[in-house]
Amino acid sequence: MERIPILKMGDFLLVTIQVDLYDQLAENLESDLINTISKHSSKGVLIDISAVSIIDSFMGRILGNIAVMSKIMDAQTVVVGMQPAVAITLVELGLSLNGVISALNVEKGMDLLRSKMHTSDNEEQLYDDDNE
Amino acid sequence: MTTITNSKEEALIVREQDVVPLRNRVKEYGVKIGMSILNQTKLITATSELVRNLLKYGGGGRVIIESVSNGRENGVRVTFIDNGPGIVDISLAMKDGYSTGKSLGLGLPGTKRLVNEFDIKSEPGNGTTVTITKWKNG
Amino acid sequence: MQNNFLSVLKEHENKLLTIWSQLLIESGSDDGAVEEEESKEFASLFLSALATVKGKFQDSPEFEKVEDLIVGISSSRGKRGFSPRENAQYLTTFKQASSQILSDLIKDSEQLYQANLQLNAILDNMTILTFEAFMRGREDVISRQVDEISEISTPVITVWEGIVALPIIGTLDSSRTQIVMENLLQQIVDTGSSIAILDISGVPAVDSLVAQHLIKTVSATRLMGAECIISGIRPEIAQTVVHLGIDLTGIITKASLASALKTAFDMLALTVVKRKIV
Repeated sequence: MERIPILKMGDFLLVTIQVDLYDQLAENLESDLINTISKHSSKGVLIDISAVSIIDSFMGRILGNIAVMSKIMDAQTVVVGMQPAVAITLVELGLSLNGVISALNVEKGMDLLRSKMHTSDNEEQLYDDDNE
Repeated sequence: MTTITNSKEEALIVREQDVVPLRNRVKEYGVKIGMSILNQTKLITATSELVRNLLKYGGGGRVIIESVSNGRENGVRVTFIDNGPGIVDISLAMKDGYSTGKSLGLGLPGTKRLVNEFDIKSEPGNGTTVTITKWKNG
Repeated sequence: MQNNFLSVLKEHENKLLTIWSQLLIESGSDDGAVEEEESKEFASLFLSALATVKGKFQDSPEFEKVEDLIVGISSSRGKRGFSPRENAQYLTTFKQASSQILSDLIKDSEQLYQANLQLNAILDNMTILTFEAFMRGREDVISRQVDEISEISTPVITVWEGIVALPIIGTLDSSRTQIVMENLLQQIVDTGSSIAILDISGVPAVDSLVAQHLIKTVSATRLMGAECIISGIRPEIAQTVVHLGIDLTGIITKASLASALKTAFDMLALTVVKRKIV
């Protein structure tokens, strides 16, 4: 069974999506991620979608699910590398990808995750407002 | 406006695994007429939405891909035909925010915005046919 | 069944070309048109078709070839800058020349009348075709120029490391917004910029549609992980936006490019410091 590899990078996890996600693969990814976050007490998840050329509502739902699931496990999700054509199409389609934060690339994504970690360390927050 | 079909093919959609090959075929049609990446993305995304609907609500069906032209430019037309239960209220389905499944409640109206022509025929008990057309520079 | 009086014209092709050329010079649109290969080819093809076709002339494949040829000639002349009059005179003078030859050859007035009727029917229709082709040729030029203008008027400038600016000049319609959006987003990726400043001081009017386009651009930028600031908001635009009930909450707007730049610096935690002059 094909599974998408998850890389551990310190406190964060990196997932690079390079194939089209179909049902089973997407479900596997969701459970693999949750388990891995739990196992390593990861604080953040970076999903690299720079190789993804089509994001439909199915894929959007998956990304949303991952963001929510991770948040419940106290990890922040950042989606990186969205292609311009994909961004424009998503806006036209009306998919807002609520709860998903984006960054231009992996490096900026990691900076973002680190800054978010410091914020939650310094302030007592029960709920993070998703205002991005 | 009369549209001419230049080439045409049909695919049977039965399982989830049929989605990606269909998307790739539609992409090839787009590439062949020189469609920009952005327009290809919109066309394939619309195709992806509609073919998933076909599987989820229509119980599978047929998809016809055509290379068409209207005298001024070339385009790609995709038709989705199923024999499922049909849509009870089309105007409701086309209103932004409507959803019966676990989708993000956007399906048809959003998909319509991605293409140039969008036609839907459906009768409860008689299945649904959706036809979309994207012109090269549309 | 048509009596084909016009078939005699083929035998006098050279004379026709000479008269045609003469008429074109007299009409003032001489440019060596008749000397060109395409004109000779047209005359030859046309006259041969007239001579050989039996039955309804307009439906024959030979005639279709002639039509294709004249459409091509007109379209290219349109693109090359010939005037509409010159375009029409191309065929009207041809008709005149043909008519002249016919009256020299056909002595019976009834036959001459029939011949001229046929000639008119065929060539008038062809003249309309050339007009349409000519227009299409001109429209191609215009559409190409529109594309070029679009490209020139949406330059993307890297104003600082990580900050790009896009001054928009002219009206923002749907197709232009697409180009602006694509351009901007691609530049963001190419330069790795996290902030884009869209300056609309050169946009004359902002209505609901334009506002929608701007909002879409900002949304797309954010989806990619960058931020978009709209600057150059003139007082009239602010008024219009409120009166039209357009909701710009969530969109960062600044009156000038300068203040947008300052905001961008703040967002990147950059400070501009005045050096002490010793």
